[in-house]
Parts: sequence; structure tokens; C-alpha cells
Amino acid sequence: MEFNSLAEFIAMGRHGLYVWLSYGLTALIVTYNVMQPALHRRRLLKEQAQRLRREKRNAPSA
Amino acid sequence: MWQWLKQLYHRMGSPKWFYEITERWIPWLAIVAGVTAVVGLVLGLLYAPADYQQGDSFRIIYIHVPAAILAQSAYMMMAVAGAVYLIWRMKMAAWVAKVIAPIGASFCLIALLTGAIWGKPTWGTWWVWDARLTSMLMLLFLYFGVMAIQQAMESEDGSYKAAAILALVGVVNIPIIKYSVEWWNTLHQPATLTLTEKPSMHPDMLWPLLIMLVSTYVLFALLVILRTRNEILWHERKRSWVKKMMES
Repeated sequence: MEFNSLAEFIAMGRHGLYVWLSYGLTALIVTYNVMQPALHRRRLLKEQAQRLRREKRNAPSA
Repeated sequence: MWQWLKQLYHRMGSPKWFYEITERWIPWLAIVAGVTAVVGLVLGLLYAPADYQQGDSFRIIYIHVPAAILAQSAYMMMAVAGAVYLIWRMKMAAWVAKVIAPIGASFCLIALLTGAIWGKPTWGTWWVWDARLTSMLMLLFLYFGVMAIQQAMESEDGSYKAAAILALVGVVNIPIIKYSVEWWNTLHQPATLTLTEKPSMHPDMLWPLLIMLVSTYVLFALLVILRTRNEILWHERKRSWVKKMMES
């Protein structure tokens, strides 16, 4: 391992700010990209279920 | 081979087939993307030796380079999907092109942001109008342009066609990005990874980069599949197979 302690790892040889800012922003953008399709899917399924229920209700009863 | 390719093409054109087959791929893609990301990041952040000139700031490379390479490949794939839609009118291709745009833009943004942050300790500035940086910024704007046009027109078909044409015209920017570091010898360093030459990096530095590259591509495939499935659910909502799936 390149670092002897956690403090040294976080400091990144005085470049900690740059390294962790880069990784932090990337984590944010990647998290958004992973969450977006999951949330969108949930919304689509909910709308679709509502639509199906409505169709059933409006259909002439046999 | 040709027969097989033709068959695959026709199957890929079927939203139902795509939706069903990818159901099984998702967990595997997620596992591979996750495991490779963890391995690549641990090796890159903890075990790779510090760069003799740049120190530890060079560790930004493990997200910067894969994101930049992916942003360009994604653009090419988006343009190809657009061309398939223009030529063969395949709906699936239009939806794939549509979902690639925001994902590609995200990776392009990652490359630009991490590049700027890396530039500060290395070049002493966040931004210069260097040819590489400028052409990458152009790529981001091309993505934004494609995204805007995809929603600009009343008819979906017209929007997809116009977006595909812009995507295809914008392909000229890709070789400009690639050769910018050779044609204009400015601040940005030349390519770290090339297909033709033996890498100049130390293996302990190189391996994490290659692993992160694999991870990024798998993550991209996963994101494209997830978003395409949502497009299918929406566009095919009135089809019987979607309704049947919902009721069961």
C-alpha cells in the first residue's frame, strides 16, 4: 500500500482537495444516472397501473 | 455469420424481445460494473505508486480517462443508432440514440470537471482554451444540442430524424478530439492509452486504469439498457404484451 495512515490517504500528498473533489463530483453524477432510470420506471409502472384500472372501470360490463 | 447478424438485428428491433432478454442481463451487468469499480478504485487509490512528477493528483486519471474515452465512444454509438433510424426506420434505434445522449453528456461532464480540477495543481489553472479541452467542450454542447432537438418538434419522428442528423454531422468532432493533442501541441498531455503502442505507464499504474475502463463501459451498457427499457414501457404501453405483463 502507498499510504501509511488514513490521514495520509486523505491528504493525498497535499492534493487531497483536488483528488476528493474529482471523485466526489463523479460519484454524484454517477449516482444521479443510476437513480434516474429506477425512479422513472417506478413512475411509469404507477401510471400504467392507473391507466389499466381506468380502462377496466370504463369497459362495458359483460 | 451474416445470417446470425441479420437475425440479431431483427431481434434487437423488437422491443418485446429486448425488454425480456435484458431482464436477465441487468443483475450481471450491475455485479460486474460494481466489482470492477471497487477493484479498480482500491488498486488505483491505494496501491498504484504516486506519479514522480504529479504526485498523488495523478490518481484523478482513474476516472478522468475512462470517462473521456467513454464520452467519445458513446457519441459514436449514438450517431450509429441515429443512422440506423434514418436508413431503416427502426424505432428501437431511435430510442437507443435518445437514451445515450444524457448518459454520454454525463460522462463528458465528468471528464471536463475532473480535467479542470486536475489542471489546477498540474498546470496552475482550471481552464485554458487548449485544443483538447475546447473540442471536449464542443462534444458536451453537441450532446446538449442532440438532447434539445430530440424534444423540440411536435412529431416524435421529426425530432428523432433531426437529432440523428445533428449527431452524424457532429461526428467530425471525434477525430478532432483524438488528434488535438498531436496537431496542436499545447498543454494537454498526449494519450495515455493507445491501441497501437506499448503503454509507457508502470503496470501497477496501468492495471487499475484498464479495470476502470472496463467498469465504465459495463456501467454505460447497464445505464443504456435501463433507460431503453423505460422508453419501451412508455411507447408500448398500449400493446397487449405490456398490459399482460402489468396484470400478472
